[in-house]
Amino acid sequence: MSTLVFLEHHGGELQKGSLGVLAKAASLGDADAVLVGGGVSALATEAGTYGAKTVHVADDASLDPPLPQARVDVIAKVVADGGYDTVLFANSVLAADIAAGLAARLDAGLNWDLVDITSDFVGKRPALQDSVLVDVGWKSTPRLGLFRAGSFDAAPAGGGAPQVVLAAVELEEHSRAATIVDQQLEEASGPSIEDADVIVAGGRGLGAPENFTLAEELARALGGAVGATRAVVDAGWYPYSAQIGQTGKTVSPKLYVALGISGAIQHKVGMQSSSVIVAINKDANAPIFEFSDLGVVGDVHEIVPKLTELVNQRKSS
Amino acid sequence: MKIAVCVKHVPEGHGRIDPASKRLDRSGEGALNHFDANAVEEALRIKGDGDGEVVVVSMGPEKAADSLRKALAMGADRAVLVSDAALAGSDLVATSKVLAGALASEEADLVLFGQQASDADGAVLWAAVAERLRRPVVSQAAEVTVTGDTVRVKRQTEFGYDVIETRLPAVVAVSDAINEPRYPSLKGIMGAKKKPFETLTLADTGVDAADAGEAGSKTEVLALGSPPARGDSRKIEGDANAPQAIVDFLAEKRLV
Repeated sequence: MSTLVFLEHHGGELQKGSLGVLAKAASLGDADAVLVGGGVSALATEAGTYGAKTVHVADDASLDPPLPQARVDVIAKVVADGGYDTVLFANSVLAADIAAGLAARLDAGLNWDLVDITSDFVGKRPALQDSVLVDVGWKSTPRLGLFRAGSFDAAPAGGGAPQVVLAAVELEEHSRAATIVDQQLEEASGPSIEDADVIVAGGRGLGAPENFTLAEELARALGGAVGATRAVVDAGWYPYSAQIGQTGKTVSPKLYVALGISGAIQHKVGMQSSSVIVAINKDANAPIFEFSDLGVVGDVHEIVPKLTELVNQRKSS
Repeated sequence: MKIAVCVKHVPEGHGRIDPASKRLDRSGEGALNHFDANAVEEALRIKGDGDGEVVVVSMGPEKAADSLRKALAMGADRAVLVSDAALAGSDLVATSKVLAGALASEEADLVLFGQQASDADGAVLWAAVAERLRRPVVSQAAEVTVTGDTVRVKRQTEFGYDVIETRLPAVVAVSDAINEPRYPSLKGIMGAKKKPFETLTLADTGVDAADAGEAGSKTEVLALGSPPARGDSRKIEGDANAPQAIVDFLAEKRLV
């Protein structure tokens, strides 16, 4: 019985979300990993630190573009040859497409939006705007699971160097059909919102796009990242990569600070599993106060600059 | 140019799970999944005034016909509903098999999906269907351009945008940021009643009963529970003392 974890990489780094899933898998039993890309071999060693015993590496220029179908080809063969009974993914645009393609290829059950899994393979999935926690299972192997961002800490398990095995690269015709002709990467400053322990998010209540500096300065003081609601992303105040909610990212940081966010259900589903939620909003009836640990009825423009100053003072004292 | 759009009929309002079957209760009123309206809109935009065809395809209960009629009222040309008692409880593996079966005979140049299902929050079906059809797939499309037998997609990712090109036939899942779906006009609603509407049984899709519904599903719902409740929640008012109160709270939680 063994588990394979898909390691996603970007910009020469393994993504923290997939390392978190690997650490979780290693805590439940034997865990191996699979890494697919161009020039990625050097990243394999790090996976040992998070508990991978073996890392299957498919390293080929044809695999450099982050497209799903070639990865399905590689992983399907690794799963079949290695006899893996469970394959786990940290959710992302890429990972979701790989997981679903693999499910069809292997006729394997896929449970998605999981936040946890037990040692006897019961997955935990919040449903219906997170009002219900559903226990889900698999009727056969291999079992495929896709976890929400931030479900697990990427805590080093203290493992040694993994055994690195080269995986075969034999691609199907339809897997080679798509090519990336251009990429526009948004320069992120500080941690990405999937990886951040602290997120300071802004909504319409900030009043104007330039007031996002309030969120940025508080995020910097707290060592966190900046998030945004759908409304302000649609209005062009902040990039889509920062969007949190139903059509953006789902995050679960240790601390979520909501500035001028009303807490509509579409936003709530993206952040309500945060450990601690602090909300500042001038509308005392804003729904966000119903699921905040600390609700502050007040003006973000008055409160946030002083709050940032106090946090900075505390850090330097 | 033939475009097929896969749409889902979802329960209206806040859904509920039936404790006995542990399935989503689909007995009440339903509507076209609003994310799928973006896919219908995009298909109509791509077709434009050309002599192509937009066919909307759904798998669901008989009432799913309402959602297909809405898509017809928006301007789609034809509808196909796969409806069969044996389909109840289908998971991703089973659903993708049935939809791929229905789509295979359509031989569309482009198959479009919406970003997610608003009821089950699923955002994966297209990749499974594309795999079964052995077609290239691109998801999170913020822009779609078809030129000849090539489709160019601007894909939103966690890191920015990728511009992806692939040949047709292909499968594309559109983001809900791609367009503003039109509302059906009265003329459209009246006209929809006369458009071709085909209902298929499971057998018509060429999929075995053993591969569909609960029998063909590889996942199961074991139990329903309540999410862990949030602890004591505090609320304070006023601007003057708030900054210090927040810092004290964060210190207490060891977050600063």
